[in-house]
Amino acid sequence: MSLLDIRNLSLSIHGTPILHDVSLRLDPGRILGVIGESGSGKSMTAFTVMRLLPEGAEASGQVTLDGQPILSRSEAQMCALRGRDIGMVFQEPMTALNPLKTIGDQVAETILIHEKIPKRAAMIRAAKALARAELPQDRFPLSRYPHELSGGQRQRVVIAMAIALRPKLLIADEPTTALDVTTQAQILRLLTRLVREDGMGLMMITHDLAVVAEMADEIAIMQKGRVVEAGPTGALLENLQHPYSRALLAASTHAPARSPAAQDTPLLEVTAVHRFYPTPRKSLFGAPGRFHAVKGVSFKLRKGESLGLVGESGCGKSTLTRAILGLEQIQDGAIRLNGRPVFQGRQPDPEVRRRMQVVFQDPYGSFNPRHRVGRLVAEPFHLSPNMPRAERDTAVAEALTAVGLTPGDADKYIHEFSGGQRQRIAIARALITRPELILLDEAVSALDVQVRARILDLLADLSARYGLSYLFISHDLSVVRAITDRVMVMKAGEIVEAGPTETVFRDPRHPYTRQLLAAAPRLPEGLGS
Amino acid sequence: MTRYILTRLLSLVLSLVAASVAIFLVIEILPGDPAAIMLGVNAQPDTLAALRAEMGLDQPMVIRYLAWVGGMLHGDFGTSYTYHTPVAKLIGDRLAVSLPLALFSLLLTVVIAFPVGIWAAARRGSAADTLIMGITQLGVAIPNFWFAMLMVVLFAINLRWFSAGGFAGWDKGLLPALKSLTLPAVALALPQASILARVMRSALLDTLSEDFVRTARAKGLSRAKALRRHALRNALIPVLTIIGMQFSFLLAGGIIIENVFYLPGLGRLIFQSISARDLITVESVVMLLVFAVILVNFLVELAYALVDPRLRSGR
Amino acid sequence: MSPMRFLRSRNLVIGALLTGLFTGAALLSFLWVPYDVTQMDIAHKIKPPSGVHWLGTDHYGRDILSMIMVGARTSIAVAVLAVGIGMGLGVPLGLWAAARRFSLLDEVIMRGNDLVFAFPSLIIAVMITAILGPSATNAIIAIGIFNIPVFARLSRSGALGLWNRDFILAARVAGKGAMRISFEHVLPNILNLLIVQGTIQFSMGILAEAGLSYVGLGAQPPTPSWGRMLADSQTMISFAPHMALFPGLAILLTVLGLNLLGDGLRDLLDPKLRRGRT
Repeated sequence: MSLLDIRNLSLSIHGTPILHDVSLRLDPGRILGVIGESGSGKSMTAFTVMRLLPEGAEASGQVTLDGQPILSRSEAQMCALRGRDIGMVFQEPMTALNPLKTIGDQVAETILIHEKIPKRAAMIRAAKALARAELPQDRFPLSRYPHELSGGQRQRVVIAMAIALRPKLLIADEPTTALDVTTQAQILRLLTRLVREDGMGLMMITHDLAVVAEMADEIAIMQKGRVVEAGPTGALLENLQHPYSRALLAASTHAPARSPAAQDTPLLEVTAVHRFYPTPRKSLFGAPGRFHAVKGVSFKLRKGESLGLVGESGCGKSTLTRAILGLEQIQDGAIRLNGRPVFQGRQPDPEVRRRMQVVFQDPYGSFNPRHRVGRLVAEPFHLSPNMPRAERDTAVAEALTAVGLTPGDADKYIHEFSGGQRQRIAIARALITRPELILLDEAVSALDVQVRARILDLLADLSARYGLSYLFISHDLSVVRAITDRVMVMKAGEIVEAGPTETVFRDPRHPYTRQLLAAAPRLPEGLGS
Repeated sequence: MTRYILTRLLSLVLSLVAASVAIFLVIEILPGDPAAIMLGVNAQPDTLAALRAEMGLDQPMVIRYLAWVGGMLHGDFGTSYTYHTPVAKLIGDRLAVSLPLALFSLLLTVVIAFPVGIWAAARRGSAADTLIMGITQLGVAIPNFWFAMLMVVLFAINLRWFSAGGFAGWDKGLLPALKSLTLPAVALALPQASILARVMRSALLDTLSEDFVRTARAKGLSRAKALRRHALRNALIPVLTIIGMQFSFLLAGGIIIENVFYLPGLGRLIFQSISARDLITVESVVMLLVFAVILVNFLVELAYALVDPRLRSGR
Repeated sequence: MSPMRFLRSRNLVIGALLTGLFTGAALLSFLWVPYDVTQMDIAHKIKPPSGVHWLGTDHYGRDILSMIMVGARTSIAVAVLAVGIGMGLGVPLGLWAAARRFSLLDEVIMRGNDLVFAFPSLIIAVMITAILGPSATNAIIAIGIFNIPVFARLSRSGALGLWNRDFILAARVAGKGAMRISFEHVLPNILNLLIVQGTIQFSMGILAEAGLSYVGLGAQPPTPSWGRMLADSQTMISFAPHMALFPGLAILLTVLGLNLLGDGLRDLLDPKLRRGRT
């Protein structure tokens, strides 16, 4: 008998259908990976099992846990089940914990809700649960508050809460999406170990095929509220049947066709750049401290080259990006484009600025929602005043066409476009001044894999057509590998390794690069070709 | 924690200095000679000169400011021009009415608002919630002095449960004094309680949609228990801010309500001083009220630190 | 349409109707009132509501309905001007502080705001009146000064959130200066917040004006004002309750209308709710 058996589950919220005939099975001690893009219904499936659905949700079909029906239970019965028989881990560890309670109290609460034992005994068991989640007492006492822990450590607290009572089923909803690769690898290892030790079933929900390919025993692929394909991981991935899953796999491993066109002339020269931030005073009258975010970084980007900059959050890559764009002053060193410094005194040089543009990560936050697309795309023309209206309109139309949209889109508002289309508009805005360099700051990180593959193709195409150079900043190694000629690895404000992309990926020299590469989840070799 | 308190204390002192300078300058800089204003148009030159000397107006401004502040630090607020008694004594007598009134109404505000706000949040969207929110909507809109007048008609004139005005005095015992403060306190508290209940409800609803409440539900807590154990304390932070602001409204609003009930409080004193153009008393009463507001804000900030460990550790 | 959604739009409708009613009455009073409010008619003093005087007469025999209509002018004018002062000075200050966030200037502006907050509007009014004497102008200044920090804080906090957004970064990359960005990108995106807060401050201004004129610090006689009417009625409340009832109801309904309008507008304009709908 299966531990979790979902049969013909359908769900609608306020009459809008979300899930259609979803059927899934999970056995004890096994890991089921549920994969899908945003809106595929994978999280809603999990919340249906927990019966933590938004108001107005109606589910039909059958869900049984250990042979016991779930959907027909009363709310009180569900409360008794949640936390004891089913544990859950969420996506965003930074907000998943109550900021006002100690981690010990929060883990012990799981136990106290379900068992009538003294608080002291519960605290002892909470300590054990935290230790199992690899937060030992000597370094992370129960009296810690969430804000004193890092994202990865907080996720361990959430895991400790979920497994404190050794539930039969653990549901993890994108548990590592918000974390860096090295932390992600540790959390995935931890989850796998706990499943094997306790004989729990783990329902692992993710958008990342590579993550489940490494750890799941079975895989279910979801699209638009349906399971399109399911089966044992190895066999399924080798022989995908459904067109959607094939497309998903192809997109996950997609590398755009590009022909390196780097010339020998340097375009961007960064020389011994330092950036300090003041930090709050330690005592009332003490001097403010300073944080050294970028420590003497030097590199050259050649004309026509696509250069990658990888590193985990807090490594200084965003600070460096802002400094190159002239948004932040540097304390030492020089940044030159075509030999001209970005800063003229304290002010950024407008001539230099118009030769480089930027595309940001969030396709939803990059545009003023109150302006039409035409005005948004033309914004960089701010640096070329007195431009005739007609010429401006022509340029907007050209840029929109170049990114695969139509000139008519200039009259629309940004909310009429999807995430992928918005990122195209962001690229159009970057193209409009005909810059030589475009900084891509996590430009494809927020996109679903299939959209991401198409944007990568577009970028490769544009660089060939307009002779563009890219500085590609990302935490995602596979994307950097697909789109860059050379790559730099940044850690704690320094560039620890740099070289041709393939060389660095095949033969990493620096221990940190090796660690990063080892931590990155990978699809089995030879898939998708 | 110590660092947090010290920083707050420093800002308390700075605010007091800034406020005293502001009050002093307003009285100084605004057109007209304070002594002339106090004496009116028909003042005799020699009386004017005498008053100017008494007020120290012949001295430089900085000296006068320092003398004023220095005096206040010793509890010497100067001598009232109209009453010919020390202002400190005048204020002390009136404070015995105004301060208990403000505290009484603050207590009522909190005691009414907390359960109502929590109750409505727990039943969000229900008929009861809609009804309560409708009533608080009325409560927010009602002018408190008008509400006070209506209560006088009902409870004092028709039902004769309370007297229509006046203050029994503390020397007659606690109960009669409290009884004469009850209607004024209710009149002050009702609109503020309505505001606070609405703030409580919406702060709770905001925290209820936070991720950590979902985590708590995943542990097996019911909606009601998750609200009590996890949402409530987090919702307290915005609620405390509002309570701090309300105290200043209650103190100031008391000035008006005292008028309705003929209470011998700071409000009566301030209006009598204004009509007598007794600037010395006005200046001191205003400073005292501002001091109370700044002090309450300081206490609210200490309360934040009790609620929120992130502040205790000092960022 | 779900019941809650209906309620929300009902807020808006009732709020707009009540606000329109009193604004309309104020405007109409310039052209026509049932009786001249400057004329005393001692023969018909303190008459309860009747067919002749719909809301009765006061202790000088003046028609209460006419007084309320003319009094609406005072209330609305004081509140509108006070909100104007608050927005006109507070919003630029807040935007400026946000553009130079965490600088000394920001600190000075925000501490200045805190300082004004320590003086409730009534206290400001008391100080001003003590020196300049009571008048509607001084009431406007007192309420207006208190509105400045409200709008300064609101615009600063709204603007701070926006300054971190990528579209502002994009504008900075395009080379736009802080001032231009504040007015082109920040202000339009906090306008909703300001409109909603403006409505609420408007209603608080009506209440504050009523309170001030009740204690004699607002508009001076013979200018009719709602607060003054209530003060006059106080000694006669036991035998002429209508004199207290109607001006009070006028204040209550105007303030209620504005609050409902503010709530309705917030639900209508709140981007969070709108995103939920699309």
